Amino acid sequence: MTACELTGGFPAATNPAMRCRGKMKLQQGQGFGGRAVRAVWKQGPVLMVAGAIGVLGGCVNLAAPDKPIVIELNINIRQEVVYRLDAEAAKTIEENKDIF
Amino acid sequence: MTRLSIKGFKVAGMAVAAALMATGPVVVQAQGRSPEYAAARAAGQIGEQQDGYLGVVGSQSQDIVKMVRDLNNKRRAVYTEGAAAAKSTVQEYATATACRLLADTKPGEKYQAPDGSWQTRGAAMPSRPAGCK
Repeated sequence: MTACELTGGFPAATNPAMRCRGKMKLQQGQGFGGRAVRAVWKQGPVLMVAGAIGVLGGCVNLAAPDKPIVIELNINIRQEVVYRLDAEAAKTIEENKDIF
Repeated sequence: MTRLSIKGFKVAGMAVAAALMATGPVVVQAQGRSPEYAAARAAGQIGEQQDGYLGVVGSQSQDIVKMVRDLNNKRRAVYTEGAAAAKSTVQEYATATACRLLADTKPGEKYQAPDGSWQTRGAAMPSRPAGCK
């Protein structure tokens, strides 16, 4: 049924009436659309869907690392430094009571 | 006679200088805020900002504006020195100090909130910059 449409390797001389005359005849008579070709075409939709998912997934991943992430990292680094400098800050205040 | 007296004067001068040097650092360390600074702080005319510097609350006299500018210049010098020693930026060092200064404000004193408004310190801890210990 679908096999005859998917193979597509008919000579120009074949008329539509000759198509879809059964699996056996097509397999014997036509050399182009063999079993392997039909197998690939049958799985085609599955492969295309898998490919589409892969492409879509890639798009999302590529879009994610944008400016906001860089800014967030800078803030984290700065906060860490401010936290680390607490003891030094306390000493600075203690040693310069006239200006604090 | 004259030689002797000069010698004696020199010795006396050295003794005074030595005494000054000995007491000098102690005096500086014990010295706190100037009366003008303490009064302006207590009156809420100046307050602590989020960046480690003092700010003038509203419009105040030129004397107070000048005093705040001088104190902030001195603070910046201290922050620059500390930042170099701690291998940080001056801004980071100033912010770390601001964390302490805001926490140390006394009830009634003024501090600037992150939105820029001046608040009076109450019993609660004032809002401070991100990253404070």
